[in-house]
Amino acid sequence: MSPETSVAKIETRDLDFYYGPSRALKRVSISCHRNRVTAIIGPSGCGKSTFIRTLNRMNDVIPGTRVEGTILLDGKDIHSPDVDVVDLRRRVGMVFQKPNPFPKSVFDNIAYGLRINGMKNKRKLEAVVERSLRGAALWEEVKDRLEDNAFSLSGGQQQRLCIARALAVEPEVILFDEPCSAIDPIATAKVEDLIENLKKSYTVVIVTHNMQQAARVSDYTAFMMLGELVEFDRTEKIFTNPQNKLTEDYITGRFG
Amino acid sequence: MRKNKRRNFREAAIRAFFFTCGILAVLVLLGIFATLLSTAIPAFREIRPSEFLLKTNWDPTSPEKAEYGILSMVVSTLMVTGGALLLAVPIGIGVAAYLSDVAHWRVREILKPVVEILAGIPSVVVGFLGIVLFGPAIAKVFHTGHGLNAANGSVLLAIMALPTIISISEDALSAVPAAYGEASLALGASRWQTLVRVKLPAGLSGIIAAGMLGMGRAIGETMTVLMATGNARSFPHGFLDSVRTMTSGIAIELGEVPYYTTHYYALFAIGLVLFVMTFLVNMAADVVLRKYQEKER
Repeated sequence: MSPETSVAKIETRDLDFYYGPSRALKRVSISCHRNRVTAIIGPSGCGKSTFIRTLNRMNDVIPGTRVEGTILLDGKDIHSPDVDVVDLRRRVGMVFQKPNPFPKSVFDNIAYGLRINGMKNKRKLEAVVERSLRGAALWEEVKDRLEDNAFSLSGGQQQRLCIARALAVEPEVILFDEPCSAIDPIATAKVEDLIENLKKSYTVVIVTHNMQQAARVSDYTAFMMLGELVEFDRTEKIFTNPQNKLTEDYITGRFG
Repeated sequence: MRKNKRRNFREAAIRAFFFTCGILAVLVLLGIFATLLSTAIPAFREIRPSEFLLKTNWDPTSPEKAEYGILSMVVSTLMVTGGALLLAVPIGIGVAAYLSDVAHWRVREILKPVVEILAGIPSVVVGFLGIVLFGPAIAKVFHTGHGLNAANGSVLLAIMALPTIISISEDALSAVPAAYGEASLALGASRWQTLVRVKLPAGLSGIIAAGMLGMGRAIGETMTVLMATGNARSFPHGFLDSVRTMTSGIAIELGEVPYYTTHYYALFAIGLVLFVMTFLVNMAADVVLRKYQEKER
């Protein structure tokens, strides 16, 4: 189910996911393309967060879970035995629902991903930190506070810091798991602008419970319900001319 | 109306009861300290404090000249305790990390109570293990005549301090928000990197406090070291020397000392020094813990 003909950057085929005996995803097939923003919407508990967390195998850390079906990154199965999960997560970055900076300085937060890869050169680190902060539109606000604890930033700044931290390791795909649900409307607008910008260089996937946000930032929208993909198409089509009755009911606010 | 009155009376009674309990605990503690202080001070009518603290010879019953230097015992105590921490802290952190990070939750549910029960083993039993098990083992490995020395004491005190260190470190590591770990993993860090670079630093204050509480446990321990460290009054030159710690010094001599003599007062003075040492350790632990909680806010 792919609305675009070019090869997908990351795509799932008949993806099933189980928490113990309960099935959270049912045969979900979605493809996400380069330089596009793909939004996943749906009511709470529909499996959208579970879905996005399968893309960088973050669910691996939850005991008792199981994946079936395929997830392809550049055409290669991310569950194949010769794929290193650490390497996968470097290529597929993630920004979480709540801003979760480390209890370290602004600088150390961003340098973390590089340091674990063994980069020690101070000058290179400084360069990457600046570039990442600029990439997350945060540089001007924090350039004099790089040694301050990240917790001294506002919630919205912390979330952009987390985005900068994800950018620092130069991923190919960035996953946003409801990135604006814990920050105020002005900060939300900034993050949305940022996502708009990021798609120039990255493949972006965003989970959101905010339909207006999906309409504003995304090129493609997938509507999920009860673990199933109901409809997946160009965002404007989903919002103006949905094919499925459920999609229409959801986007017009008849349930949610 | 009457019901109300009765309830108010009960409330007041309960409050008074708990208030009394609280005050009583404080009074008892203050009383102990006052007794210790008042019994220790007379010792310094005859002993110069600098001599007491800095001389190494302890021979109060010498027929020629009684000597009251406690430095050997202080150093022995610090050696045995320090050695115990050197062993117990790394192992304790390792076990805590295993429990909080690696172990299956079912394993953790079983292991953690077991570790905490370890804290309840009577010290005389640990001392017994030192005499029949660790002592001979140390003697064999290092080719010493017997194994009743500082090293043996350190091993035993490490065993006794471990439950405290493990339990509190595990609490500290479990209290590190899961979001930190997720953020680190999502950046492509391995579980090991996540543990060492994110979780341990985030839980560090709690872990330091755990070490200090473990030290408090070890430094005041008497029976085990009395049984297993050999009781030599000489100044220790290494972990394979037999030593006598402050606690065992008091325990051995207090039973036979003539009351209200300088020797008697001096033993209380040792107790006072030990009290000050443990008090400082506990206070340091408290300060660290408080700082930790403030940072979390």
